[in-house]
Amino acid sequence: MRPARDYSSTRFSPLDQITQQNVKQLVVKGTFSTGVLHGHEAAPIVVNNTMYVVTPWPNYVYALDLTKDGAPVKWKYEPKPLSAAQGVACCDVVNRGVVYADGTIFLNTLDNRTVALDATSGKEKWVTKLGDLNKGETITMAPLVVKDKVLIGNSGGEMGVRGWLTALDAKTGKIAWRAYSTGPDKDVLIGPKFKPFYASDRGADLGIKTWPADAWRNGGGTVWGWISYDPQLNLIYYGTSNPGPWNHEQRPGDNKWTAGVFARDADTGEAVWFYQMSPHDLWDYDGVNEQILVDLPIGGRTRKVLMRADRNGYVYVIDRTNGEVISADPFVPVTSTTGVDLKSGRPIENKELEPSLGKISRNVCPASPGGKDWQPTAYSTRTGYFYIPSNNLCMDFEGVEANYIAGTPFVGANVRMYAGPGGHRGEFIAWDPIARKKAWSIKESFPVWSGVAVTATDVAFYGTMDGWFKAVNAKSGEEIWKSKVGSGVVGQPVTYKGPDGKQYVAILAGVGGWSGAIVAGGLDPRDGTAALGFVNAMPDLPQATTSGGMLYIFGLP
Amino acid sequence: MVLSLRALGTDDILRVCADPNNLPFTNAKGEGFENKLAALLARDLGARVEYTWFAQRRGFLRNTLSARKCDVVMGLPVDTDAAWTTKPYYRSTYVFVTRRSRKLHIRSFDDPQLRTLRIGVELVGDDGANTPPAHALSRRGIVGNIVGFSVYGDYRTNSPPSAIIAAVARGDVDVAAAWGPMAGYFAARQQVALDLVPVQPQVDGRFLPQTFNISMATRRRDTARHDQLDRFIERRRHDIDAILAQYHVPRVDEQREGIQ
Repeated sequence: MRPARDYSSTRFSPLDQITQQNVKQLVVKGTFSTGVLHGHEAAPIVVNNTMYVVTPWPNYVYALDLTKDGAPVKWKYEPKPLSAAQGVACCDVVNRGVVYADGTIFLNTLDNRTVALDATSGKEKWVTKLGDLNKGETITMAPLVVKDKVLIGNSGGEMGVRGWLTALDAKTGKIAWRAYSTGPDKDVLIGPKFKPFYASDRGADLGIKTWPADAWRNGGGTVWGWISYDPQLNLIYYGTSNPGPWNHEQRPGDNKWTAGVFARDADTGEAVWFYQMSPHDLWDYDGVNEQILVDLPIGGRTRKVLMRADRNGYVYVIDRTNGEVISADPFVPVTSTTGVDLKSGRPIENKELEPSLGKISRNVCPASPGGKDWQPTAYSTRTGYFYIPSNNLCMDFEGVEANYIAGTPFVGANVRMYAGPGGHRGEFIAWDPIARKKAWSIKESFPVWSGVAVTATDVAFYGTMDGWFKAVNAKSGEEIWKSKVGSGVVGQPVTYKGPDGKQYVAILAGVGGWSGAIVAGGLDPRDGTAALGFVNAMPDLPQATTSGGMLYIFGLP
Repeated sequence: MVLSLRALGTDDILRVCADPNNLPFTNAKGEGFENKLAALLARDLGARVEYTWFAQRRGFLRNTLSARKCDVVMGLPVDTDAAWTTKPYYRSTYVFVTRRSRKLHIRSFDDPQLRTLRIGVELVGDDGANTPPAHALSRRGIVGNIVGFSVYGDYRTNSPPSAIIAAVARGDVDVAAAWGPMAGYFAARQQVALDLVPVQPQVDGRFLPQTFNISMATRRRDTARHDQLDRFIERRRHDIDAILAQYHVPRVDEQREGIQ
């Protein structure tokens, strides 16, 4: 069991007891305080009548016994991650979930350990240290278990970290392989199997040649998002983060293999294809968002596709067998590019906006968190819609902001984000990938920073940063039900069948993350450039919600 | 309970937040110049220094001064947003560091030698934000011959940020463009003679300063403490200068001529 439910990452549940009609009757059936105040981005997962909840740093794991009244704690695991990890994580000290496989819960800690826990007792089976805080590395992503391997990627692209995806033997925790996102082909696991669709991704050692001198050594391309798996093709799919940490003038070139998607052999890690959404990224458009794997009728035939709503503002429909972009359409207002050239696969940059220190670039859309950040989308085979929790944010780069770290003054562009056209900062979008347009959408005041779950009764669940947990009609977009929870929602809703055979819906409330850092980090709303400019867009969040991690379980009366 | 009878001693404890491993500024053994300044201040106040240690990284002020773990931070650039800075007590600059024996005499980012020499610069962890020399070089298209050194260094070692200066001494890079206080301190500790020259232009283009005024800081609205620090900086100007000189901090204060 995993946060995205299936390997295709659809977040679609076949459960059907909660319907369009009775969803209005949902009531709170259980609550649980995690005792942690930072951004709760994880999905609570349910296996064998036990719910597993992981918190942000200090990364507690709770096993809750759903068979007993009040779902008491069966066990609690405290990994005691180093305190210093908090100062290294860029955008709040989040954790995006644990995963279950074969009697084991797999946990990533912020200080770079992967821990295998006995799911019944909470006892450690093994611990493997994968990265180094001293290099700026952290781990925030949810692992994925594919066959006999656990897959984990690192965070810290803006710290000068070199990104990687690592496969561990699920039984022993031994490293099976590691695939870097920059550097020589042998480090990237590029070999004879590698057949990228576009010419600009072909050639030897592009992970070195598309960078100046040694810049690839600190080049970013971290892997802090989601991994999908196609068992038939035996391929895993995941995205890489933006290049870093230099300003873009210091790293001329495409900066391979950052801000793109890799398809790799699930057993060996060998690269099979790569597609770069944002070559030579200018705007912090990480490519780590999830890939939804579905088969769609396009142009008179069924195509095996991968759908992704990218930070750069485009919904990509990509042939997942070979990496060909079938379509790329903006799902939010976009000014940083004018489109995607399907021949070359490259976005068409708006040269006027290209940043340089001291130059004023106004109205850059989407802002750095993108049209959508890490918050995962869902897909319903019933409605055919792709559900996108999105941000409607633009930004200005103006002048120079001085900062100070480790005794050293440094400067960057003064970034301020604000609501995009329309004045709302978020939108919950149902996207029709075949018609290539919005089917419907719901405007939200704040960025929609939660995940989505959609069910066989065409009910979609998501949460808002001001603390509403909502159910909407997945066909029409009509809001059917909502409930106020204790803190803003930046987590991932799940739905499951309880030991009593009844369907439940669960969500972790607890505002934070990059968007919620103003609350979770107690930042000063007068300093608009805090949290890399996000605070400017969120000055009213502290009035709308307060911090505090709390699990809510909803059910029918 | 200890009663302080000194006139200035409204507090018995001077609560300071500092990095436990960031020489020449501070360390847990009290060997940095900001440690010495804090000790001097405490003596004047008839107080003792109590440190809260926290690595000076992202979130340092948020987790320390703003979280009320302490009342004073001994070094911050003037007008840092997240705190209330005092009047400056020194002004330093980014410097070119070279081996004296190389006789490179680099003074300006416009020196043509910088097109080909290997140049070390400090690497900062923050998207697109870099040290002013890194920006000045990239503006000039000098990118292929840059070597980045993490501004954090290897925190397991005693002098995390010193690697960039050691690299000049060893000849791994021909020149480093590094922040003066750090460069001055570590340059004086190398086996070979190094030259430090303030970078030119001091303000590059319209926006890019290479020199910074450094002050102490309190929380906003902590007026009594803030006034106390301002008075200390005024009263102890000569002692502060003497401490900074001991640590080879390059100074470009306005009333001074060039560099010390």
